[in-house]
Amino acid sequence: MNARGRRIAIGAEPYLYTAPVLILIAAVLLVPLGVGLSYAFRDIQLLDPFSGGFVGVDHFRELASDRSFRAALYNTLIWTGASVALQFIFGLVLALLLNREFPGRRLVQALVFLPWAVPTFLVGLDWAWLFNPVVGPLPGWLFAVKLTHDTNNLLAAPGTALIGPIVASIWWGIPFFAITNLAALQSIPKDLYESASIDGASVFKQFRSITLPLLAPTLAITILLRTVWVANFADLIVVMTDGGPADSTQTVASYIFTVAFRRLDFGYASSIAAVLLILLFIYALAILSLRRLIMQRQS
Amino acid sequence: MLRRTLYWSSHYLLIGLYVLFALFPLFWLIKVALTPNDLLYSEGIRLWPSRTSLEHFRFVLAHSEFPLFFRNSLIVSAGTAVSVTLVSAAGGYGLSRFTFRGKPLLVALMLITQMFPLVMLVAPMFRLLAPIGLTNSLTGLVIVYTAFNAPFATFLMQSFFDAIPKELEEAAMIDGATRFGAFRRIILPLTLPGIAATGGFVFTAAWSELLFALMLNSSSRASTFPVGLLSFVSKFSVDFGQMMAAGVLALIPACLFFFLIQRYLVRGLTAGAVKG
Repeated sequence: MNARGRRIAIGAEPYLYTAPVLILIAAVLLVPLGVGLSYAFRDIQLLDPFSGGFVGVDHFRELASDRSFRAALYNTLIWTGASVALQFIFGLVLALLLNREFPGRRLVQALVFLPWAVPTFLVGLDWAWLFNPVVGPLPGWLFAVKLTHDTNNLLAAPGTALIGPIVASIWWGIPFFAITNLAALQSIPKDLYESASIDGASVFKQFRSITLPLLAPTLAITILLRTVWVANFADLIVVMTDGGPADSTQTVASYIFTVAFRRLDFGYASSIAAVLLILLFIYALAILSLRRLIMQRQS
Repeated sequence: MLRRTLYWSSHYLLIGLYVLFALFPLFWLIKVALTPNDLLYSEGIRLWPSRTSLEHFRFVLAHSEFPLFFRNSLIVSAGTAVSVTLVSAAGGYGLSRFTFRGKPLLVALMLITQMFPLVMLVAPMFRLLAPIGLTNSLTGLVIVYTAFNAPFATFLMQSFFDAIPKELEEAAMIDGATRFGAFRRIILPLTLPGIAATGGFVFTAAWSELLFALMLNSSSRASTFPVGLLSFVSKFSVDFGQMMAAGVLALIPACLFFFLIQRYLVRGLTAGAVKG
């Protein structure tokens, strides 16, 4: 190979590694995404053969005055914030606990990751049972420790219903953060800790000055993606409360599901999805610039 | 000494509490699956029914289509796990080791794919896949799931590669190896824990996906497990006992998978390689 050929080969190398993922997402995700977004400007009713016409920004105008949408936005904030924060905190603590050698660790590790293996549909159903006063133990227990005033189903009361899906999502999501955090923790060279203990640094100091900074880039990406997923994640809410009672647990994602599959209005559902996409994109840009800032400070 | 004892007892206490929290809902699933129908509601909140029976399991295994759904789910999940791992290992390595023109655009595109509620892709995707025979097909599901999971898996793999010093393959390349040879023989074995973690995520994600499995594959010959579970709900009378029994059976492969991959999670990076 001559020098020029080699230069071209080296220049092409990054693209060879990244081509499969690029081709895949372009063909299978981005093309349908474009089509889906175009629905936001059209009148797409599944059962109406005369629908399909171009309606411009009518859907977005309707959205601006849609009370249910505004309530769903607020619920999305609570749902996403509470789920991700608690999943993350418990997941990090669990990863730190599992990062130390102790007898029985492998068994414990295999057991604590199990919730992640449960299909989300089944998770929702299982927790709906646990919260049900007739077939589940939780209402009785919560009443016994005086956390609730009665043994009613908390999923049936507008003020408390969102707690149910949040608890289920925490249960299901802790292993995700535990696994990613544990894998990241184990990629930190052990001798960093050894030399720190020789220098007399406390466990807490070691966590703050070694673990956290080295973990931060991975954490930023996993938290970012997780937040976006949880915000988009409607399964648990649809299965456990179906957005009710009285729309009190409707998040934007479950509202899209309701509009698309109950009202069969794909056009309006697409416009809500487009707004959600833009909001999440702004959020992602904020997190990514934060990550870059952290990386710069480290190097 | 006292501090050590104090530390380890709180260590075990916290782990014990979490294990209880993690396992109790699973215990409840098994309990419901073992409760005979006549006791399902009358002994609903008892921790263990006064009589247990395997009738629900027997029915699911002998008289339902679940063995077929089980096989379909296994094929789809394993196929997805393998193809995502291959695609994301290459992509993650590319993102970790090179700066190239178009990289920010690629990252942005990958992020966007994570932000769209997937519900909205159902209708367009059906229109695109139906003419080329990829609806009602397990291959079609594998392709769709691979695309769903590849962006996240690529980011994950990138972070694992980032943790491995560049000097490792640079040294190998000075010794005459090609970059791909160094990637395959030196870097990939070191990221085995990461690859196992990625494979585990993807397998379970594919195992539990419901919406697309339901919408793209309408024939029961190509149905996966969650779709089968849903069929219990949409039937006239919901048979919760049988449903829970099927659910318990659905847990088995995913649990086995975790037991298989978890030694890679534990192993971590070999200290010698990092010292380089």
